[in-house]
Amino acid sequence: MTALPPFQTVLDDHSAAVMAILRGAVGREGADDCFQETFLAALRAYPKLEDGGNLRGWLLTIAHRKAIDHHRARGRAPVPVAEVREVATEDGIPEHDPGLWAAVGALPPKQRAAVALRYGSDLPHAEIAAALGCSPAAARRSLHEGLKRLRKELA
Amino acid sequence: MTTAEKPTELTAIDHLRARAAAEGLLDVAYTTADSPFGPLLLARTERGLVRVGLPNQDADELLVDLAARVSPRVLEAPAELDEVRRELDLYFAGKLDHFDLPLDWRLSSGFRQRVLRAINRIPYGQTRSYTEMARKAGNERAVRAAGTACGSNPIPLVVPCHRVLRTGGALGGYGGGLPMKEALLELEGVLDGKGSA
Repeated sequence: MTALPPFQTVLDDHSAAVMAILRGAVGREGADDCFQETFLAALRAYPKLEDGGNLRGWLLTIAHRKAIDHHRARGRAPVPVAEVREVATEDGIPEHDPGLWAAVGALPPKQRAAVALRYGSDLPHAEIAAALGCSPAAARRSLHEGLKRLRKELA
Repeated sequence: MTTAEKPTELTAIDHLRARAAAEGLLDVAYTTADSPFGPLLLARTERGLVRVGLPNQDADELLVDLAARVSPRVLEAPAELDEVRRELDLYFAGKLDHFDLPLDWRLSSGFRQRVLRAINRIPYGQTRSYTEMARKAGNERAVRAAGTACGSNPIPLVVPCHRVLRTGGALGGYGGGLPMKEALLELEGVLDGKGSA
């Protein structure tokens, strides 16, 4: 069992990662709200947390739930996209593409979270699994299914 | 993003801090403050000032200790410490001879806390001996324990353990180092600047 560090440390260590996945999951506009909701919920529950061993996974799980709440509240429907722009960029990082992220946002929750955690926060499969509370194999499967679906929708 | 803009998560953290305060979730609010001796760590609970970390103490360790002993809801929140910072600034400028701050005594208990509460009543510019403090706390023979209580003072400066000297006037010890104790006693006019009372 790992003792709980001061909450400020949790915030310092993980706020950038949480913001990154939320941007991926709900877009830039919704991310601020979801970020605050995530850390407020975390702060409320924090003293009762039994083990400080996987705080990142715990936070990402909360963030994931807040992103789902956000989508539910907005009654977000899938946004079909006809074409994917194939544009080269200097640094190899694709330009922000609202159509793509809308399609990610329209994926079923597990797949959406897996895609956002993998490509939004650059997490390895083991950490995605920890965040989603499933096995690494299941995380890999969700990611695979999510990508397959994105390819189909964006084709 | 322009360079003048904060990263979004920092703005979001400002909002988060305000909402946490409004919801009563800031069990321990802290900040660091400049002093003539170096940076101080200041931490408070809803009861009052709970910890002052001196410049030679490791602030990260103190925060870990607060998380374990008070609550892990420890957040940096400078605005919550505004009054503490203001009074300390005045004190260091020689313009304040009595702190008017609520204190949270929970980091000490028993005999040690009685010693610290007795120390808290020593007026500005005066000194007492470890023996007197032991007596005030109810056990005149526990002089060594009174010394330990001073050394473990969680709220130095505000609870003025620097005003406690050995019988006969020798400085004794200080958590922030003897030069700091000397400088504080000079500031209060007890020492003449040559190290003698």
